[in-house]
Amino acid sequence: MAEPRNIWTFRGGLHLDDHKAVSTGRTIEPASIPERLVLPLQQHIGQAAEVLVKPGDPVGKGQLIARASDYVSASIHAPTSGKIVAVEQRPVAHPSGLSDHCIIMDSDGEDTWGELPPAWPDYTERSAAELRERIRWAGVVGLGGAVFPTAVKVNTSGQRAIDTLIINGAECEPYISCDDALMRAHPEDILDGIAILRHIIGAHECLIGIEDNKPEAIEALRHAIETRGERDIEVVVVPTLYPSGGEKQLIKLLTGREVPTNSLPASVGVLCQNVATAVTVANAVLHGRPLIERIVTVTGQGIRQPGNYRALIGTSADRLVAKAGGYSEHIHQLIFGGPMMGFSLRSDQVPITKATNCLLAASQAEAPNNDPERPCIRCGECARVCPVQLLPQQMLWHTRAHDFDKVQDFHLFECIECGCCAYVCPSHIPLVQYYRFAKTAIWTQEREREKSDLARRRHEARQTRLERIEAERKARLRKKKEALEKKPAAQDDDPKKAAIEAAMQRVAAKKAAQQNPEPAGKD
Amino acid sequence: MIAAIVTIAGLSTVFGLLLGYAAIRFRVEGDPIADQIDALLPQTQCGQCAFAGCRPYAEAIAAGEAEINRCPPGGEATMIALAELLGRDPVPLEDEDAAEKPKAVAYIVEAECIGCTLCIQACPVDAIVGAAKQMHTIIDDECTGCELCLPPCPVECIHMHPIGETIQTWQWPYPKEAAKGATHG
Ligand code: SF4
Ligand code: SF4
Ligand code: SF4
Repeated sequence: MAEPRNIWTFRGGLHLDDHKAVSTGRTIEPASIPERLVLPLQQHIGQAAEVLVKPGDPVGKGQLIARASDYVSASIHAPTSGKIVAVEQRPVAHPSGLSDHCIIMDSDGEDTWGELPPAWPDYTERSAAELRERIRWAGVVGLGGAVFPTAVKVNTSGQRAIDTLIINGAECEPYISCDDALMRAHPEDILDGIAILRHIIGAHECLIGIEDNKPEAIEALRHAIETRGERDIEVVVVPTLYPSGGEKQLIKLLTGREVPTNSLPASVGVLCQNVATAVTVANAVLHGRPLIERIVTVTGQGIRQPGNYRALIGTSADRLVAKAGGYSEHIHQLIFGGPMMGFSLRSDQVPITKATNCLLAASQAEAPNNDPERPCIRCGECARVCPVQLLPQQMLWHTRAHDFDKVQDFHLFECIECGCCAYVCPSHIPLVQYYRFAKTAIWTQEREREKSDLARRRHEARQTRLERIEAERKARLRKKKEALEKKPAAQDDDPKKAAIEAAMQRVAAKKAAQQNPEPAGKD
Repeated sequence: MIAAIVTIAGLSTVFGLLLGYAAIRFRVEGDPIADQIDALLPQTQCGQCAFAGCRPYAEAIAAGEAEINRCPPGGEATMIALAELLGRDPVPLEDEDAAEKPKAVAYIVEAECIGCTLCIQACPVDAIVGAAKQMHTIIDDECTGCELCLPPCPVECIHMHPIGETIQTWQWPYPKEAAKGATHG
């Protein structure tokens, strides 16, 4: 490498104890096959997948069992061979603790692959559209935690040309080390994925951003790049500062470019992908294999053998905990994700999904602080550490006042929920919880507004229809009346009337004829 | 002095005419206040406000003929939004119990439906499909939960199903109600 690359900085951020060594001690444990798998239809951002199987259906490993139902959606495949048991609501990993639609299957233990699409080692012959279609088939989503469908993200047509592909290996949240483990163990696969992604988006340069607390991963990737003689791929080491792995933060660190508010990285010519996503892309294209497993960090003082474990999507969290030696006596709370951005699970009987990067079995000391909230002292610490340069305190005021227009004026939806503000707040105000509340409340309002607009349109349409029918009825009546009024003089000429008259006369005559004889006889 | 009076009088006449002309020339069709009120009402069209639907209620409020607290489906939120729009003081809801009822949609027990079409005629938003002597059914997404189809049904085969919370519609609780649950959030 000629000269060391310039590293920019982003404003704000926090130095945190990384607690990563806890889980990086051992090599990645291979996945085992549980008897039962529960596969939620919604593991990604966008529309839930559409079920293609029914109870009783046998399925092969890798078989498509639910397909992307919309442009922004992701397919789901059977992680092993077996039989579909049910399609029903099951509890899923969600802060609400609610259930969602899932496909439930039993494995047959054979783990035999179903029919797969052809491997494309010669992918450079394929068009970008074909490769995107393959990625879409494979159900690839961003594995850094955002779970946005990758096929959609890499479709940059109609946007500015992408000159730089950034591969996110920063993994800045404490405790989580699944990307670190992957980079150490499979740098080659990451490079394969990078080559395919570059081929699709046409980026001439690729930067792999890694925090300086992962020397082994940095070394492994640099070594792989050198051995392969790759050009225009560079590992860029960034200082350990949370949240350097935020998309916009990493872009700033590596390129100095600021992604404007409400814009995508493509607007500054950058596309960002996580390291694990790159590997999944390589699997899909080079081997024709879908996304059916991932690496999960199981860690914390509440677990006996912290480490990184491969798990089939759909494996129950408690099974993975058991694999990691079970809970220790320190267990206090099981957190889905890391300590900064995760949420606590109410039950460990929920499936691992594409989004599960970490299960943190936290002890009391590791669990997030639940100290009672005190009044804001306007110290401004929250604004100082916010990596998006928002004004957390103002957003708090307006959320408390339920003034959702104002919160949005302060860019609520730019908040990445990194938790820096709440972490430093001396008054223990759970700031992010206020923002999450405000975001979901705004979505509810929007949904209700849409619903009431629909009802208004339908009601008005009905009203107009009823008025039209009424007007038509009146018009008919009027016509009839007019017709009647016109005719009174001609009444005698009416053949019907005459006929009725004649009939009545006949009846009267008959009656008279019947009645007369009797009185006559009496007389 | 006289000149001043004449000037002022002249000016006021001219501007008066101008304003009068503008009022006719640039007249806004419809009743903007009633429109704004209508936009805040939930459009359930249930008639619990004692008007024939949301629009008539909106017009009555605009005309100052009705209080702003008569819409149970809208509940307190709607009442407060109306108070803000009209610069009035919030007032307690007329029927608190009705406002607390969970949101629901109607559904028809199809095996019991005799196909009389009476419910179709009652539905304010055409959310019921069916034809004479055919089984009827309700389009969930379009039902406002107004319950107007319940009384006309001669065999009482229409029931209300509360709309359950789903992952997609769930809201993060307001922090104080959830001391536990989320992490630093
Ligand atoms: S850090 Fe907490 S106390 Fe300080 S200004 Fe922000 S919200 Fe207020
Ligand atoms: S959680 Fe949101 S407001 Fe708080 S520091 Fe992070 S981005 Fe800023
Ligand atoms: S009570 Fe509310 S929802 Fe029902 S008709 Fe009146 S304004 Fe509309």
